[in-house]
Amino acid sequence: MLHIINKSPLSNGALDSCLRVAESGEILLIEDAVYAATKGSALEGKMKEAMDKLKVLVLLPDLEARGLADRIIEGVATVDYGGFVDLVASNKNCQSWL
Amino acid sequence: MSDIKKFMFVNRKAPYGTIYALESLEVVLITAAFDQEVSLAFMDDGVYQLKKGQQTKGIETKNFSPTYRALEGYDIEKLYVEKESMEARGLSEGDLLVDVTVLGKKEIGELMDQQDVVLSF
Repeated sequence: MLHIINKSPLSNGALDSCLRVAESGEILLIEDAVYAATKGSALEGKMKEAMDKLKVLVLLPDLEARGLADRIIEGVATVDYGGFVDLVASNKNCQSWL
Repeated sequence: MSDIKKFMFVNRKAPYGTIYALESLEVVLITAAFDQEVSLAFMDDGVYQLKKGQQTKGIETKNFSPTYRALEGYDIEKLYVEKESMEARGLSEGDLLVDVTVLGKKEIGELMDQQDVVLSF
């Protein structure tokens, strides 16, 4: 399944909770959640660990808007809005975490 | 109508502080009215929604916690609580106002995977 996160992992528990229960599938980071995909943040270790069991993707326009497109953690894939749509369509189900 | 889908409502917010818990219940009841297969998962602060003995007179807010016990009457019998969240809050099954199935984080995640629709509150 596809998990969509849109809140900063440094001020909101949604990503933490998602990573705790999700055993497989894909996570798409959008809006303020894109900070989780950047090198050097406190989350980097946790994200790398998560990538052992989940595919992590980030919405590039949101990263670019925040000036962080050149700091993506290795192994995190980027998608544009079209790719976002493809992800939703190709997964059996999805959850937009609040 | 034979198109029955599996709906899971994931509840992660404490009651009363925000409107999410109450709104989730409303949508749960609507979904059940359409004869869909409904389950509820409680994790993080959402576990507090099921705490026994809620008394809301003092905050002049409707105590909607009895509604969880009425869900059975709408054929909603699948209530899941994440063990890790419950324990992190010092709660046990005996503190909850309704019978639930306590599942570990992994099992909750697997259950989410199996749904047709997952709504987060």
